[in-house]
Amino acid sequence: MDNGNANELPAKVNLFVTCLVDQFAPNVGMSVVNILEARGIEVHFPPDQTCCGQPAFNSGFRNDARPVASRFLDVFEATEGPIVCPSGSCVAMVRNFYEDLFRGHPNELVRAQQLSERIYEFTEFIVDVLGIEDLEVDTNIDATYHRCCHLLRELHIDEQPTSLLKNVEGLTVKPMERNEVCCGFGGAFSVKMSDVSTAMLNEKLDNVVATGASTLIAGDTGCIMHMQGGLRRRGEDVQVVHIAELLDAESDLNRASKS
Amino acid sequence: MKSTTKEFRNAASRALADVRLQEAHEVVYNGFHKARLSAAGDTDDWEAQRTLGKAIKDHTIANLDYYLDMLATNVEKNGGNVYFARDGEDANAYIRGIATKNDVSTVIKSKSMVSEEMGLNHVLEADGIEVVETDLGEYIVQLAGEAPYHIIAPAIHKTKAQVADLLAEESRSERRETAKELTRQAREMLREVFQRADLSVTGANFAVAETGSIVLVTNEGNGRMATSMPRIHVAAMGMEKLVPSAADLSAMLRILIRSATGQRISAYVTMVNGPRAHDEEDGPEEFHLVIMNNGRDRLLRDESLREALNCIRCGACMNSCPVYRKVGGHSYGWVYPGPIGSIVSPVLTGLKDGAKLPAASSLCGACHEACPVKINIPRMLLELRSQTAQGDPDPQQRASGIGERMTWKAWRQGMMSRSRFEAGSSVGKIATAPLKRDGWLRKVPPPISGWTESRDFPAPAAKTFGKMFAERNKAKNGR
Repeated sequence: MDNGNANELPAKVNLFVTCLVDQFAPNVGMSVVNILEARGIEVHFPPDQTCCGQPAFNSGFRNDARPVASRFLDVFEATEGPIVCPSGSCVAMVRNFYEDLFRGHPNELVRAQQLSERIYEFTEFIVDVLGIEDLEVDTNIDATYHRCCHLLRELHIDEQPTSLLKNVEGLTVKPMERNEVCCGFGGAFSVKMSDVSTAMLNEKLDNVVATGASTLIAGDTGCIMHMQGGLRRRGEDVQVVHIAELLDAESDLNRASKS
Repeated sequence: MKSTTKEFRNAASRALADVRLQEAHEVVYNGFHKARLSAAGDTDDWEAQRTLGKAIKDHTIANLDYYLDMLATNVEKNGGNVYFARDGEDANAYIRGIATKNDVSTVIKSKSMVSEEMGLNHVLEADGIEVVETDLGEYIVQLAGEAPYHIIAPAIHKTKAQVADLLAEESRSERRETAKELTRQAREMLREVFQRADLSVTGANFAVAETGSIVLVTNEGNGRMATSMPRIHVAAMGMEKLVPSAADLSAMLRILIRSATGQRISAYVTMVNGPRAHDEEDGPEEFHLVIMNNGRDRLLRDESLREALNCIRCGACMNSCPVYRKVGGHSYGWVYPGPIGSIVSPVLTGLKDGAKLPAASSLCGACHEACPVKINIPRMLLELRSQTAQGDPDPQQRASGIGERMTWKAWRQGMMSRSRFEAGSSVGKIATAPLKRDGWLRKVPPPISGWTESRDFPAPAAKTFGKMFAERNKAKNGR
């Protein structure tokens, strides 16, 4: 366990922003950049990056996932130092599932194992590597927190986001029933088994709305899109934000909350 | 078995639309799931016990031939008969043979999922034999002419009123109201059958190789009655359900019972060591142990799926599963529902029929977390998805359609270069521009059209992060 202090902060990190943040939620990536740069850490974005291969892998199309994952290895092997990623799901892909994807491909398998030692989920990196639990953020938000599945159960990252949120000035995190239960996203599952996925989503959203919070915080963009998309369709006035946006003192979210 | 995607989805849709069923499903989370969490929380070394459970099962399955041989030898030494059945048909034929030879007219059963696999009741009934389930939940679903809804709680989908109707009709007596009265009614009805049954068929929660014992875990006492009253006792088990020693059994009972019902110990744990010995007063004259394969060798051969044989059928995975809680037990189309069923069913019955059960999961990992022997169910669901989409060398076993295959080819093309990734994002942005409202879409085309049946979909951002970041850096450096 790294109990980092100011002297040990890495000078530079590499950002794997994920294909979803890249295309749908670039502000989440900018918040990660802001938070790290504010601690004097240089953020490098390997410009060739696309996706870790998870969507095809989860659908069973490993022959299509493998070259994309292999390309991911190429892109990030060309960098040095930690790789930070604002998604539990994508980190779980590299850390837990590349082993299955590259079974029978010993070269990539070894490379994947090496790379997985360098990759960190964003809140894990802040707390476990940088040793920071208080990002000195000031806001004015009543929120609740959804514990995304892959963060919680694939990576066992739970205390890190919780303690970071606890130290945000002006943030109230209201307890939510069944906050550990899946929102029903599951990638292609949300489309292939739309009605089952929706039933799971509605249970989740009922629990969200019951908290009375104006804001729902979560750590994975897929789940955020899913829950925000459902809330919009239901006409609920709840915004869903990525934890990085809430932990970024400069984010539009936090500025707007105080105006 | 027919649990193709379409049938799963149809059955699931019916369950989703059934308000009463949805209410009934809540018991798996509020009752069983919470009881398990509380029992695990009260056990100091719970994680160590799970680790031990996994180690015992890993070891047993890795040496399955050795322990099966030991079990068979010891059962025979105890005076019992052992039959290794290739499949359900083979097992049914063996049991039917015993019934015929002994002029059996009534068979009582204590809960056995393996006998559900075999479809034993129908086979015996076709011979004119009366077959009566004695586990209360099993009895209820039998009276209703249905399959069990859950492996440890077969009738959770039935209301008290439905149970009252079923019992009143069967007993041709007054309709009772309260749970206590209904239980008493069933007890009276079953007691009479116990007394005249010639043969019992039970399952086996475990078999102990070193002692040749079979072990039944029940809360109703019916298992004990079934193993002691009739003249002949037949126990049926899947070939994976054994442990090497009595010490191993003790470790497994601790985690099975806590994981199943949250109890520290069930009301009854019955160990059967074969037929009545010459100096004993009670027990059956004949004891048979049927050890069934029925496709389990396919799990054993496949290293990536072998772990499924570690399952001790506690039901914790279905109790923790948010999909099971919505679609219910009957949607899965075969004996074993829920997450473990989505692995076992397609492999045991043939990948093509059950090919898409593994798709019925959001991969949330709750089952893996709940499993007392730490079976990594999501990993195996992914493995089966892969085998059915592309992996199986037998094209007949591949279940992916051409449309899906083309979609992933196109996706791959898009992800193999940053410029194509950017171009894809731009096309998406332009195509959706006239349709979006505050950055969201009400409708998207196939293959993702299912999303907007119930959810808005986000339009691609004005700029990718890649572009946004590059532009910011340029502005910053040019300052």
